[in-house]
Amino acid sequence: MEMTALAPETLARWQFGVTTVYHFLFVPLTISLASLVAGLETAWVRTGKEKYLRAAKFWGKLFLINIAMGVVTGILQEFQFGMNWSDYSRFVGDVFGAPLAFEALIAFFFESTFIGLWIFGWDKLPKRIHAACMWMVAVGTVLSAYFILAANSWMQHPVGYRMNPSSGRAELTDFVRVLTQNTAVAQFAHTLAAAFLTGGAFMVGIAAYHLMRGRHVAVMRSSLRLGLVTMALAGVLTAVTGDRLGKIMYDQQPMKMAAAEALWETKGPAPFSLFAYGDVGPPKTGHNKVAVEIPGLLSFLAHDNFSEPVPGIKDTEDALREKYGDKFDIADYRPNIPLAYWSFRWMIGFGMSSFALGAAGLYLTRRRLWLSPRLRTSDEEVPRLALTRERELGPALTGWYWRLALLTLAFPLIANSWGWIFTETGRQPWVVYGVLPTAAGVSPSVSQAEVVTSMSVFIALYAVLAVIEVKLLAKYVKAGPPELTDSDLNPPTRIGGHDADDPDRPMAFSY
Amino acid sequence: MQLHDIWFAVIAVLWTGYFFLEGFDFGVGVLTRLLARDRRERRVLINTIGPVWDGNEVWLLTAAGATFAAFPDWYATLFSGFYLPLLVILVCLIVRGVAFEYRVKRTEKSWQDRWEAALFVTSLLPAFLWGVAFGNIVHGVPIGADKDYAGGLADLLGPYALLGGLVTLTLFTFHGAVFTALKTTGGIRPRARRLATVLGLGSSVLTAVFLTWTQLHSGDGRSLVAAAAAVLALLAAVAANAAGREGWAFGLSGVTIAGTVAALFLALFPDVMPSTLDPRWSLTAEGAASSPYTLKIMTWCAAVATPVVMLYQGWTYWVFRKRIGTQHIAENH
Repeated sequence: MEMTALAPETLARWQFGVTTVYHFLFVPLTISLASLVAGLETAWVRTGKEKYLRAAKFWGKLFLINIAMGVVTGILQEFQFGMNWSDYSRFVGDVFGAPLAFEALIAFFFESTFIGLWIFGWDKLPKRIHAACMWMVAVGTVLSAYFILAANSWMQHPVGYRMNPSSGRAELTDFVRVLTQNTAVAQFAHTLAAAFLTGGAFMVGIAAYHLMRGRHVAVMRSSLRLGLVTMALAGVLTAVTGDRLGKIMYDQQPMKMAAAEALWETKGPAPFSLFAYGDVGPPKTGHNKVAVEIPGLLSFLAHDNFSEPVPGIKDTEDALREKYGDKFDIADYRPNIPLAYWSFRWMIGFGMSSFALGAAGLYLTRRRLWLSPRLRTSDEEVPRLALTRERELGPALTGWYWRLALLTLAFPLIANSWGWIFTETGRQPWVVYGVLPTAAGVSPSVSQAEVVTSMSVFIALYAVLAVIEVKLLAKYVKAGPPELTDSDLNPPTRIGGHDADDPDRPMAFSY
Repeated sequence: MQLHDIWFAVIAVLWTGYFFLEGFDFGVGVLTRLLARDRRERRVLINTIGPVWDGNEVWLLTAAGATFAAFPDWYATLFSGFYLPLLVILVCLIVRGVAFEYRVKRTEKSWQDRWEAALFVTSLLPAFLWGVAFGNIVHGVPIGADKDYAGGLADLLGPYALLGGLVTLTLFTFHGAVFTALKTTGGIRPRARRLATVLGLGSSVLTAVFLTWTQLHSGDGRSLVAAAAAVLALLAAVAANAAGREGWAFGLSGVTIAGTVAALFLALFPDVMPSTLDPRWSLTAEGAASSPYTLKIMTWCAAVATPVVMLYQGWTYWVFRKRIGTQHIAENH
């Protein structure tokens, strides 16, 4: 083992990676479930159908168990830059701090205030305003994603700044550019689409769990439908936006994409790699021992035609060394190549298999289109999975579809994690691409013992919280949607609710 | 007045907002052990802040984010330098947030006991440690020529800083007690008032000593006015509380918190983090600030967003203005 395993940036990077990937398990569910719950509650307000209110309450509870973790693990992120990455913070604060401050001031207040109103407001707010509160939460989560992704995009592709020679730091010159550059827009669209794929798969998996047991059919059938439509739409959008982001990356960070394909030599037409195994070795020496490839496909992914050359790792190394060699003392311009290669594949593989399952489900559970009347089911029945107009899937295969939906519920979560691992480790050795090497960003005054301490504390704490969270989710999933009470069915018609008529009435919800 | 001076004031306002709001919800957390006699009463206390604690906490995230954007060097030196105390605070805030949400999700006694104990500890420790942190910021810590913290953990635990911790702890608990008196009905309310008198008197001694010490160390005329206002408001709050004027008592304890934060920031200015090694190495508001362009954008954002935030946050308090007592707490669900 080399000594670099103990380099200060290694520990700080591990801590950032572990705590951020963990945080991002909760974020996409929060983003998508907020809108889905708001949609269900709105459906209740508009149609008066009880199943929608029961669904909103059921998914709302799971949403709350999840957002609690998302909020608290997000607190750390606001502090971690200063704690472990103080030189990075000094260097970029002028640019990077602004979107973070905007996020807190505009998005976090929105989310946190309106979530309190939603949790405790069932007997205080008229139903329209109550549903509007969840829409406000949803808007807050989306705004939050936008600001933080604009900040991250600036690390991927710094724009709208200048280097101040006297202070030696990056200074903002064009904030609009930072917020609207193509990297930010594409990353935002891709992340948002993936978040909805995640929420859709979560809904479908849990609805399938109940439907295969024939329980809570009315609520779960609507939820299944909503989840499947979400999965199919979001899956297509994830792929389209991912393709767009990939093309931007070929332009802005060719090394990341060459690493993602283990493409050592420049090739035109360039093949897409299905499987590769090889030696990384010192700079300029790597090669694949085994490579299974689809000819020309990579050229298409990068440039929309099947012949244009795509630069390989070795040529990109030369280009980077020529461009940055005078200014920076960087020994190896390559990221961790096997990690980039596999994380890219796992991201796509897990994400797209989830999409395929959703699209298949949407087809199999269709209600009328190309479906013989005898296979049609009412809103109170478990949908029958119809392969063709006349032919239904057998009970064994039907059972397997439900089971598969449940088992793959977390596939998009896995895809999201690998996506972040890919894009962040693929940017290495830079923390701000082409501007600040990662090694130059760590806190000089923080000892390894301190980083080890905080990392151990967070890993232990997060592990315990993960167990608690998953058990609670399982408990409330099994319990199913709640029965409605009189108080649920007679929401207040004015703000303040029934306070005046019955001062001793118990709160609809209390901690 | 230049933009970095304005932003120094904005940071002070954000901390004031944070300590004013989360101050009473930390206090309520501490009171779950000092005031409540059984689980139902603990739940009454927790539910006085239930709908609002999360929004209150965002003031901290905004203060941190704004410091990052407006004073990157301050953010970098402070958070890397106060590493371990900050770690404790963060762990507390993480556990505390989960405790609010998860406590009620199971009915087993041991489950609820544990989250309630967690809520008490994770309210008490940050209430104390924020005072320690601000004591250290105002009196200065070892900072080298490279702007980095050059001390150890022991340097953060001097007598002035520890006194600062006791001040925030007692002040927040007092603030929580007057808030409880204002927000509850039934048996808790008079007991909260009685406890508030004791806490307020104790806290006024500590606060007076702490602010005098601050004044002697680096105060000026303006910080003296703020400090005097803080102590007088605290005494008036104790009197109003004893007279049963709960709204006045809460408003005045809020003034105490604002006055204390103002006195500390005024005693700190124009530094943001003084160095005890060499005054030339102190971080100043001017030296640690971002570029005028960034500060200008931030000023626009803050000027537009802050009033809106205060409006809808204020509306939340109005929606949940009703006093609560044990009769309003449904059995475990």
